[in-house]
Amino acid sequence: MIPFDFNYYRPATIEEAVALYMRLDQKGKWPLYWSGGTEIATFARLNQIYTEAVIDLKGIPECRALAVEEQEMTLGSALTLSEIHDSEIFPLLGATGSGIADRTSRNKITLGGNVCSELIYKEAILPLLLADSDVIVAGVSGARRLPIAQLFQRSMQLAKGEFLVQFKVNTSYRLRPYTSVKKRKQSAIGYPIITVATLTTESGSRFAFSGLCDFPFRSEEIEKILNQHELPVGERIRQAEDRLPAPIRSDMLASANYRRLVWQVTLEDLLANMEA
Amino acid sequence: MKLRLNVNGEIRSADVRPAELLLDVLRENLGLTGVKPGCRHGDCGACTVTVDGLPMKSCLMLAVEAADKTVETIEGLQDSPVQRAFVEKFAFQCGYCTPGFIMNSHALAHLHPKADKATVREWLQSNICRCTSYEEIQEAVEAVLSSGQPTSRMMN
Repeated sequence: MIPFDFNYYRPATIEEAVALYMRLDQKGKWPLYWSGGTEIATFARLNQIYTEAVIDLKGIPECRALAVEEQEMTLGSALTLSEIHDSEIFPLLGATGSGIADRTSRNKITLGGNVCSELIYKEAILPLLLADSDVIVAGVSGARRLPIAQLFQRSMQLAKGEFLVQFKVNTSYRLRPYTSVKKRKQSAIGYPIITVATLTTESGSRFAFSGLCDFPFRSEEIEKILNQHELPVGERIRQAEDRLPAPIRSDMLASANYRRLVWQVTLEDLLANMEA
Repeated sequence: MKLRLNVNGEIRSADVRPAELLLDVLRENLGLTGVKPGCRHGDCGACTVTVDGLPMKSCLMLAVEAADKTVETIEGLQDSPVQRAFVEKFAFQCGYCTPGFIMNSHALAHLHPKADKATVREWLQSNICRCTSYEEIQEAVEAVLSSGQPTSRMMN
């Protein structure tokens, strides 16, 4: 049971959602946008989040869009991870998303909800970073389109009242070779010690990581090193470690040393397979 | 607020707080206690129902989100092939997790009647059985799939 009351709104348009948010915020209702809502529901039950109004985005058609066109794919922020997986629209995203939580939970968890999660993992962001996606963001001054690398800097940099509407991905990335590896401490379900996603293009392989540091990331500097085929794999991984954007995470799931080991072994395996 | 829900083929009404979870409304307001509260955190799957034919953890869904959708609980299945298979394969011990497993398996059999072992395993990973009847549960689901029997009504 959620131990406090809130009102529920289900706007049908982007403009209505933003206007609602601003009005409710002015009234001091601490509004929250609700997509899948799984994280809000669980945090609310534990009194770790508070709101007096939730604005459900699933009634907005643009947030539920799913399309492949000649130039780009459109992925609505309120699509569930199961819908994306089953659509096979972007196999790398489908595969990475299918490692999050469990199948039934993925019938509720949405793409937008996962990448805006308060948790550190946000694994669905990895394919979107690798594919240089654009994001459509709606806010009080209208909708804007910007590269994901600009919007996602350790977390989504959204202004008050803004929400994610869609991701736009160049269709040429759709069927590129990819890998998605999730290493957990135990069992088939759970948070990752590390998740690694890769996407291979004409100019080399791209790498993105979750669980290694306190935020998911893609680093072009690390990619340059890992693509230096003239260097031994172990040396590339050692140099890559020197360029991590933050210290390796240490928590009850895994110490930093263990995470480092898992990351190294996973990269060794991936590079060996990719270069075989 | 007054909420109307389509549950097990009936339109039911309830006075609820918008913050009520579907799990609590089904149990407390509609008396459908076959929906079992477990972890209340989306981990155990004991509270699984189907919503528009998809398995859904009712502890992760607001009741108001289920308006205009069809909800089915274990009470809505009556001698379904999955239920019979669970009995025939002894796919439970204490039985607390069983409604959740059955609703998940029922949806699987309806949506993916030719599901392979990997798919069955992936779907069953959504539920936890503390008595560890996993082998028997998987056997029951595979028995239903291999029998080719149609599942009972699916209200979506």
